[in-house]
Order: sequence, then C-alpha cells, then structure tokens
Amino acid sequence: MDEEIENKVILHGSYASPYSKRIELALKLKSIPYQFVQEDLQSKSQTLLRYNPVHKKIPVLVHNGKPISESLFIIEYIDETWRNGPHLLPEDPYRRSKVRFWANYIQLHLYDVVIKVVKSEGEEQERALTEVKEKLRVIEKEGLKEIFSDTDGEPTVTNETMSLVDIVMCTLLSPYKAHEEVLGLKIIDPEIVPGVYGWINAINETRVVKDLSLPYEQVLEILRVFRQMSLSRS
Amino acid sequence: MANEVILLDFWPSMFGMRTRIALREKGVEFEYREEDLRNKSPLLLQMNPIHKKIPVLIHNGKPVNESIIQVQYIDEVWSHKNPILPSDPYQRAQARFWADFIDKKLYDAQRKVWATKGEEQEAGKKDFIEILKTLESELGDKPYFGGDDFGYVDIALIGFYTWFPAYEKFANFSIESEVPKLIAWVKKCLQRESVAKSLPDPEKVTEFVSELRKKFVPE
Repeated sequence: MDEEIENKVILHGSYASPYSKRIELALKLKSIPYQFVQEDLQSKSQTLLRYNPVHKKIPVLVHNGKPISESLFIIEYIDETWRNGPHLLPEDPYRRSKVRFWANYIQLHLYDVVIKVVKSEGEEQERALTEVKEKLRVIEKEGLKEIFSDTDGEPTVTNETMSLVDIVMCTLLSPYKAHEEVLGLKIIDPEIVPGVYGWINAINETRVVKDLSLPYEQVLEILRVFRQMSLSRS
Repeated sequence: MANEVILLDFWPSMFGMRTRIALREKGVEFEYREEDLRNKSPLLLQMNPIHKKIPVLIHNGKPVNESIIQVQYIDEVWSHKNPILPSDPYQRAQARFWADFIDKKLYDAQRKVWATKGEEQEAGKKDFIEILKTLESELGDKPYFGGDDFGYVDIALIGFYTWFPAYEKFANFSIESEVPKLIAWVKKCLQRESVAKSLPDPEKVTEFVSELRKKFVPE
C-alpha cells in the first residue's frame, strides 16, 4: 500500500498533556485529519529526540516529514498553513497582538502556579492558590476586555470563533471542577471572577472541547494520581 | 489620522533594542521616550498596567506590550518593506522557535553571569556559553539566522551583544573565543543602519551593569 505523503500530519503527544491537547483542539477546529503518536515521556523515543533535539518535549507536529515544536507556534503554523476553516488568530494585527499577549500571560503566569496548587499542600499550596486567584483577577480586570474587544469584554466562544487564547485557557482550566473536587478548594469563584467563570464555561460548551474531553471520572483519576505522585516525591 | 508611534524604553534594554531595530527596518518615524525605571511615568503605568515594564509600543494611542509581540506587530502593520518574518509558514515557525529559545534560556543564563559570583556564576557562565554555542550551531554557515536576509531571530538576539563586554568583565572569559562565528555574525549585523542606530555603546552598558552588579554582589 502506497503511503499518502501529501499533507501527512502526525502529532507526537501524550493523552495526559495539556500542551498536546492544545494541538488536538487546533487540528480538530480546522478539520485536519491526523495521526496521533503517544509518546512515553519517561522513556523518550529516538524519533522524538530527533524531532525536538533542543527541548526534547512533546508536542511535536510533523507535517510532510517536517517537525514543528512549541505548542503556541504549532498553532500559529496550523493557522497559517490551513487557511480554510475558522481563524485561530484574528486578522487584525492589533487584536492579534492582544491574543498573543494573553496566551503568553496565561502560559507564563498561570500554568505553573495552577500545577503547583495541584502538586502541593499546606502553606505552599495556599501561597500558590493566592497567586492563581490574583492572576485570574488580572485576567478578569484587564484581559477579557482586550481578548473579547469586539463583544465589549463579554466572553463568547464557539467552534467558529475559538482562538489561540481560548485554547490555552481551555487546556489549563477547563477541568477546574475536577481540580476543585480533588483538592477540596475553590479555584474559580463566580462571585469574584464572574467573567473568567463565564469564559471557561463558554469554552466547555463548545463541541470541539466536548468531543475531546476525557470522561469526568478519568480526569479525576489522572489528577489524583498526579497529585499523589507529586506529594510522595516531595 | 497620522501614524503616531511612541516607544517607551530604557536605553540598555536588549528587549527595547529589538523594537527600535524593527521600527527602523520599516522606516517608521517614532518618538523615543526614555523611562526612569525607578520613577515610572504615568503613561507607562497606564499603557502596561499588568507588568509595568518597558518596552511599550504605543501606536495611535494603543499599546502593544512585550518586545517579541511588538516586532511581529510592526512586521504585520508595516508589511510593505523589509519583511522581518519569512513568508513560508514552516520557516516562520522555526524563527519563532529560536526567538523563544533566546527568551526562555539566554536571558536567565546571562543574568547569572553578571548578577552573581562564585559557583552560581560559574554555572551560569557554563550555561550561557552552551546556549550561545547552540545558537551558533543553528546559524551554521548562513549569513543570518533566517538565511540570506536579516530578520526575526537576528533582531531577537543582537541586542545582547551590547552586554557581552560586561559578561566578559565580570565572569572573566572571552566570548569571541567560544563562539567566533557568532561574533562574525554580530559584526555583519552592526553594519546595518537600523542596528547601528538602535544599539548603545557597549562601554556605556558595561558601566551601567557595573553599577547594577553592586546591588546584587556587594563588594
């Protein structure tokens, strides 16, 4: 059987990785067929190391044999290469700059702290949670009006309008209910950050997110195992 | 409405240098405003309320923050000349990757070189050299990182050069002997008007870093 090389898309990722999930969301939003290769992160394959020698990380998107690394840039690559379907970044340069800024902000300032809340306990966890809440308030106060400038700061997310920043937020906080259940903590308070709360719920209502979500019980299990492993290591 | 461009900046900032170069590459008239970082202007605080950092690019009253985002914005708005990012999506992804590599790795490593001493500094110096060698290897035999044309990754990296004499002075090593090809690339970039006009005198930077170092490494 001849292999179809034309437009062959392979995603090297991991089912438990939010970074990997970002790429799946982007590919699904654009209706791009792809092959998924589950990488063992404890024992990285030679292929992965060849495709991403600098960081040695997933996800790596391989398009017609050429590898692209770093999830945010993979998404921009997907947007630029497959021009049909919804735009993952706005056309207008100013709005693009805002989407890039906030995707970066969530990645740099929120990701690690949220993970810290999951991985820690006691005072360390309290400090991390305080920081998470602080950052969510920044997004509430400054971010929403810039991200959703065409709807006056009102988060509207559909399959057709989902953008880079929605994808980044989704892969971090879409499972917040599971986080809150496993940790016994409130992370997203609708009284304090109603806009952010509304945003995440709007994301979770989109078809693409529903299709890609793991069953709730499985998410709980993944979180529990992750937390247990982290706590026993510390 | 005329194109009004203001850049809030701080002269030794390798990040500010990126935006200066990008604006000059495109021939954009802009007003450069020096910020006193110990006494930030109300405009800076208003235009970058989240991080309160320079550089801030203000285009017709609207702020764009983060140097790497500014460079892309400038490339997209003034798209008629001197493209900064390549047109091919795969090449663009590579360019973004390497600029991000510089942001993720080089900044922290170089900071250890001038702001610490002893073992921490030695470790920082090793990392720093390693990172420069990776970049030199990526450059290879190409005239610029993107190939024949000066572009995105060159702009992301070149400003750090003005801090090289400071690193060499405080960590006692020679960067040129470690990465001679990279220094050759530097010299080529310096011949470009946009770069020559946007970079401060490395001697002045060394004086500045010297003062700054005293805060972190008491003599």
